[in-house]
Amino acid sequence: MTVKSTARARKKATPGVPDTLRATGTDAQPELVQLLTPEGERVEHPDYPLTTTPEELRALYRDLVLVRRFDAEATALQRQGELGLWASLLGQEAAQVGSGRAMRTGDYAFPTYREHGVAWCRDVDPLNLLGMFRGVNHGGWDPNEKNFHLYTIVIGAQALHATGYAMGISKDGTDDAVIAYFGDGASSQGDVNEAFTFASVYNAPVVFFCQNNQWAISEPTTTQTKIPLYRRASGFGFPGVRVDGNDVLACLAVTRWALDHARSGNGPVLIEAFTYRMGAHTTSDDPTRYRLAEETEAWKAKDPITRLRALLEKEGLADEEFFASIDAESEKLGLRVREGVRGMPDPDPTLIFDHVYSEPHTLVDEERAEYVQYAASFEAGENL
Amino acid sequence: MAGQLSIAKALNDALRKSLESDPKTVLMGEDIGKLGGVFRITDGLQKDFGDGRVIDTPLAESGIVGTAIGLALRGYRPVVEIQFDGFVYPAFDQIVSQLAKMHARALGHVKLPVTIRIPYAGGIGAVEHHSESHEAYFAHTAGLRVVTPSSAHDAHWMLRQAIASDDPVIFLEPKRRYWDKGEVGAAADLALHDARIVRPGTDATLLAYGPMVKVCLEAAAAAEEDGRRLEVVDLRSLSPVDFATLEESVKRTGRAVVVHEAPVFLGMGAELAARLTERCFYHLEAPVLRVGGYHAPYPPSRVEEAFLPDLDRVLDAVDRALAY
Repeated sequence: MTVKSTARARKKATPGVPDTLRATGTDAQPELVQLLTPEGERVEHPDYPLTTTPEELRALYRDLVLVRRFDAEATALQRQGELGLWASLLGQEAAQVGSGRAMRTGDYAFPTYREHGVAWCRDVDPLNLLGMFRGVNHGGWDPNEKNFHLYTIVIGAQALHATGYAMGISKDGTDDAVIAYFGDGASSQGDVNEAFTFASVYNAPVVFFCQNNQWAISEPTTTQTKIPLYRRASGFGFPGVRVDGNDVLACLAVTRWALDHARSGNGPVLIEAFTYRMGAHTTSDDPTRYRLAEETEAWKAKDPITRLRALLEKEGLADEEFFASIDAESEKLGLRVREGVRGMPDPDPTLIFDHVYSEPHTLVDEERAEYVQYAASFEAGENL
Repeated sequence: MAGQLSIAKALNDALRKSLESDPKTVLMGEDIGKLGGVFRITDGLQKDFGDGRVIDTPLAESGIVGTAIGLALRGYRPVVEIQFDGFVYPAFDQIVSQLAKMHARALGHVKLPVTIRIPYAGGIGAVEHHSESHEAYFAHTAGLRVVTPSSAHDAHWMLRQAIASDDPVIFLEPKRRYWDKGEVGAAADLALHDARIVRPGTDATLLAYGPMVKVCLEAAAAAEEDGRRLEVVDLRSLSPVDFATLEESVKRTGRAVVVHEAPVFLGMGAELAARLTERCFYHLEAPVLRVGGYHAPYPPSRVEEAFLPDLDRVLDAVDRALAY
C-alpha cells in the first residue's frame, strides 16, 4: 500500500476504529506495490511509474543471478569448512538488488550482515564480504571506498549510524541520501525506534529499508508486531510503504522514489519489502524445527529471478545467447570466489593489536611487545 | 586565562574553543541548548554557535551515541553530553560494541573521534542513578580512552585534548567538583594520558583521580601534622594508565593506597594493585591497599557519606600500610 492509498484507506475505515487496528496481524496482506507479477507480467502502479530499457532489465537479471550464485557458493564453502558461518540471502535478491540499484554513487548504505546483494550493487568485491565469515577479520573493507558500511551483527544498531550519517549530509547541504537496512526482527529493537525518532525530528535524508523475510531465526513476524510493519512509520510522522520484496522492479521504483523524497528535504521513509528467507537463518540454523516445508514451497512460486526471466523471454528482450553468457559469467564468479576464499591467508596474530586505537596506547603497545617476545621464544626453541 | 575559574566554566570555555577552532565539532545532548545543560556546562553555546552545532537531542541515550557515530563517519567530531552517569547504560551497546570496536573492525579505515562527557560520582545528595562511578566498565573496554580531570586547568585542557583525539574518549567529569575554582594555564602542560604528582611526599603514595584527588590532598595535609609526608598522584587517565609515573612514585615511597569512589571489588584499584605489585615487588614495604565504595548499590543520600571514602578512611588505610 502506498502513502497515497493509505490516506484513501483511512477515509474508508470504520469510524471509531483506529486505522492501525483495522487490519491486524502480519498475515493481513495490504496491497503490495508490485510492478512485476510472479508470472512475469509487467503491471503499472499509479504512484510508482517506472520506465526501463531492455538493457536495464537484462542488467537487473544479471545482478540477481550473480548474487544468487555468489550466495550459493558461500553456502557451499561453509559446508566444506572454508567459512565458519554464512548468512544466506536466498530469496531476498530482488529486495537487495532493487534497492541497491536505486542508489546513486554518493548515497550510502548501512547493512546488516545479509546484504550481499546490496554490496554487489555498490561494487564491493564479494571476497571482502567473506573475510569475516572465514574469520580472518571483522569486516575490514574501507566503508568510504564504495559508501557501503561494515556489516553490523548487533541487531538494529546500524539504523542509528545511518541516521547520524544522514544528519551529517543535511549539515553538509548535499543531496546525498542513506539507506539503513534491517529486518523484521530488528523492528522490535530500541535502536531502530530511536533511529525513527531522530530521523523524523531532524528530517534526516535516510530511507529505512526493512526486509520482512517473515522469520527472525525461529520467530515469525507475529512475535514482533501486531500491525503490518510499514505502518510503524505513521506513528513517527513519516511515510511507510509496503513493496513486493520479490519484485526487483517494484523495489527499484519505490526505493528510488523514497531516496528522492529524502534527498529533497522531505525526511525519512520506511519501506517494508515483503519477502521470504528461503534458506536457514545461517548455516548453523535448522528451520525444519520451526516452519513447514509447505510455506517455503509456496514462496518458491514467487521467486524473483524466475519472474524476471519470464518477462525477458515473453517480451523477447533476451535470447539464448544472453542467458548462456550469464551462466558462463556465473561459473566464472563461482570459481573466483572458491579460489579467493581458499587462498585467503590467516592473518598474523599481531593483527589482534593493530587498529585497536588510531593513536598510540601504552597498554596495547606493551601487550603487543610481550606477545611478540613470547611468540619469538618458541621460534628460538626456548619454550620447547 | 587570567584569574580563577570553576571547573564548570573551564569546561565551558574548552567547548567554546573547540567549536571555534574546528567547524566539524558539534555538541549533542539532552537540554544542552537553551538550558545550557543541567549543570550549565554548555551555557550560552547554542546562542553563539546555533542549534546546528549545539544540538538538543531526543531523550534517548543510545540514539545520541549511535547518531554521533554516524556523524563521525561523515567527518564530524561530535562531543556528546550524557546528562548523568546512571543514564549512560541505555547507550552501552553503542559505546562498547559499536563505537569502541569500529576502528579495529574497519582495519583502521575509519576514525571515530567521539568524546562522551559524563558527569559522574556522588557526594551531591542526589537521588538514585545520579551518583555512579562506572569508570571500570569503560576502562575495561579496548578501543576507548578514559580520562577524568580533578582541577580547572586539567578540565579545560584535557577536554580540548580529548576532543582533538581521533579515538573515542570517555570524559568523566567529577560533578561534585564542578564549582571548585582554580587557575587555568595558557597551555596544556601534560599529554592527555599523563599522570600528575600533585603533592610530593616520601612515606606513602596515595593514588586517586577525579573527585578523590581533593580528599587525598586533604588527607595528606592532615597527615603532615602527624609528621607523615604522603605523596598524592592524580592518575588523570584511566585508559591508558601512566604506570611509569605511578611506578616511580611507589618505588620511592614503598607504600601505596588507591582511593576511588567506585566499589573496590574489580574496580580500578584492583588493576592498579596487581600491576604495581608486579612492577614494584621488591620495593614494597606493604601490600597495595584500596579504599573505595562497597559492593552495594549507591546508597540513599542520607547515608552516602558512609559509602564514600573520606579523609578518615584514607588515613586509616595509610595507618595500616605504615604498620607493616
